[in-house]
Amino acid sequence: MKNKYDFLFAGVGGQGTILASDILCEIGLRCGYDVKKSEVHGMSQRGGAVESHVRWGEKVYSPLIEEGKTDFLLAFEMLEAARWPHYTAANTVAIINRHQILPPSVNLGQAQYPEEKEIESILAGTGAKVVWVDGAAKALELGNAALGGVVLLGALSIYLDEPVEVWEKTIAELVPAKFKELNIKAFQAGRELMQK
Amino acid sequence: MKKIMSGNEAFAYGTYLAGIKVGAGYPGTPSTEVLENYSRYPGAYAEWSPNEKVAMDVGIGAALAGKRALVTMKHVGLNVAADSLFTVSYTGTNGALVIVNADDPSMHSSQNEQDNRHYAKASKVVMLEPADSEEAKRFVKIAVDISEMFDTPVILRSTTRLSHSKCVVELEDEPADVAVEPAAYERNASKYVMVPMNARQRRLVVEERLKKLAEYAETTPINYIEPGSGDIGVIAAGVNYQYAKEVFPEATFLKLGMVYPLPERLIRDLAGRVKQVVVVEELDPFIEEHVRLLGIPVKGREVFPGIAEFSQGRIRKHAAATGLVPKEADTPIFQTSQLPVRPPMLCPGCAHRPVFYALQRLRVAVMGDIGCYTLGAAPPLGSMHSCICMGASIGNVHGVDRAGVKDRTAAVIGDSTFFHSGIAPLINLISNGGNSTVIVVDNRITAMTGHQPHPGTGWTMMGKEVPNVSIDALARAVGFKKVDVINPYDFKLVMDTIREHTSSDEPSLIVSQYPCVLNIKEKKPAPAVDLDACNECGNCLRIACSPMTKVDGGVRIDPALCIGCGFCASVCNQGAIKVPN
Repeated sequence: MKNKYDFLFAGVGGQGTILASDILCEIGLRCGYDVKKSEVHGMSQRGGAVESHVRWGEKVYSPLIEEGKTDFLLAFEMLEAARWPHYTAANTVAIINRHQILPPSVNLGQAQYPEEKEIESILAGTGAKVVWVDGAAKALELGNAALGGVVLLGALSIYLDEPVEVWEKTIAELVPAKFKELNIKAFQAGRELMQK
Repeated sequence: MKKIMSGNEAFAYGTYLAGIKVGAGYPGTPSTEVLENYSRYPGAYAEWSPNEKVAMDVGIGAALAGKRALVTMKHVGLNVAADSLFTVSYTGTNGALVIVNADDPSMHSSQNEQDNRHYAKASKVVMLEPADSEEAKRFVKIAVDISEMFDTPVILRSTTRLSHSKCVVELEDEPADVAVEPAAYERNASKYVMVPMNARQRRLVVEERLKKLAEYAETTPINYIEPGSGDIGVIAAGVNYQYAKEVFPEATFLKLGMVYPLPERLIRDLAGRVKQVVVVEELDPFIEEHVRLLGIPVKGREVFPGIAEFSQGRIRKHAAATGLVPKEADTPIFQTSQLPVRPPMLCPGCAHRPVFYALQRLRVAVMGDIGCYTLGAAPPLGSMHSCICMGASIGNVHGVDRAGVKDRTAAVIGDSTFFHSGIAPLINLISNGGNSTVIVVDNRITAMTGHQPHPGTGWTMMGKEVPNVSIDALARAVGFKKVDVINPYDFKLVMDTIREHTSSDEPSLIVSQYPCVLNIKEKKPAPAVDLDACNECGNCLRIACSPMTKVDGGVRIDPALCIGCGFCASVCNQGAIKVPN
């Protein structure tokens, strides 16, 4: 058991970032870690940028991840990935959902949405490894855009040693009952995308 | 058994375990989930009161009747309830009165960053501050014990990072049922009727109580020294303790669970063990000033800033800059400021949108208020021009109109905010002969904090049906003659009504009424865009609705996000946006 893992989630309100981070927190607890997580509610719910911090460790004090020290950045939306380079380091893996939600300033033509290459170069500043995942496309293929987050969890699970059964059991228990099977499929799809 | 709980869930669990039977509060981020979670426990009675002062008074009543009571609110809510707090400190509580009060350093969802520890000192009541969810659970029972033992209200202080962080909580045995049989109300006028003669006597009791509490602070197990090695001794409470443990892993700590009154001997004990005392506290130098008064040299605000919440990274940076901890390798500076921002905005289909768009078109100067609709201030709608605090809009617009401006003016206030503190200023408009226009954007629920009922909703937090208070009938009853209730999706009617009311020289009220679409989960098919008919005027983009995206030759509406309200079609002059039949 590694002595700590930090996971920084970034996304847009309504994308399921909070549920996915709750699932990951619960998996940590079931695998024997002390766990903490932190997020901000309120104004940020209404289509604004959302961040959530999940920490696993032997003993976790702060509910927040320290700048420059996250092990993983899980971005549910491309632009949101680019906001967090200061949390990454050379050993960070940035798993990014290839999905764009245009902010109002871009819609109004007042700002430019960054290209994939730009996002990569922003994160490359610390040497973080960028991994693109077609989570949104896979979710639509499975029939529900809201599954993108669980596809990302599947991709993340490849990097960790925790048993797949714990992941699947926890997901099945925490998602709404009628979407259980679909979520397990999405998780497995995320793993397959990484193994290709 | 272990369970992951947020600080607020743990406060609620602790409330249940502590045998508290009556809870009252007013929703406000980051405090809302305490009462919501508590209300779901067996045997709980909880209510959303119209405002924090009413909630406090309900809690005081339950405590005076000999029971254990919980009152919850956010930091600014205690400003509203302060009048009651300062005097219940004098009367004492008889039963137990526990006030969970959540500060919001960094103003994640608030209009100011006040440090409510000052309230404990100013009102001379005890304040406890848990550092994680496990402590949040345990401290409720400790607060009940202190309240009953010392006949005092107890404030449990939280912050956003405690309330909305999750960590592991140990589950406990079900609580033994606390007797709930009715007791006779203790009729003790000299203790509970605070006329000057009685209050002067109680003033002495309060002072004696504070002395006893200061002594209690020295021995309570929630204040303790964690021996370490090295020269530094850190004093910290709440979530700042967690951050400080990561930055000063070797230091000796004085971990405070009780932040008022502060323990003098424990602080001297810590100072005697180390070469340098460091206080790690967000916002005001509350603990630091106390340590200084004891004549102990201390590093606090000279090292750490007094604005915005801390994190271990922020503490480390400032501690390293002054040599308290070794400097880590410099992290590169990143230029992310050029990235497009993603501010919160009104939800797709929100019924507030047509009102703000009309106010913008009519160039009305708008005195606003607190709620989702404060987002009407954001561009491109940009149609709110002041927002001070709950209920301020109506008094503000009357003041603006009395001062005399040439613009059209109006107050915009939400339904829950209106019931919270909009009624007295509404009566003021009438009783002082004002002529202002008040617009109540009434979505039938307290939407901002996650859909809590209010006096206009018609049902209570516990699910009981009750009469609903009609805003327009209330306005007529206090003397308003010009009152209109409109459907905000009838955009021509919205424009005509606001134009007419703001031109009129009598006081008037518009209720723009449509339920929060998130709450009723309304979803109709998205309109279709006829790109051939579109002349790219941009009107539909200026209503700031997120499903609407600019594309070559026109716009596209994202059917996944759109709820089909059709407002965009009503602002399209070309008929290019078509609502499906």
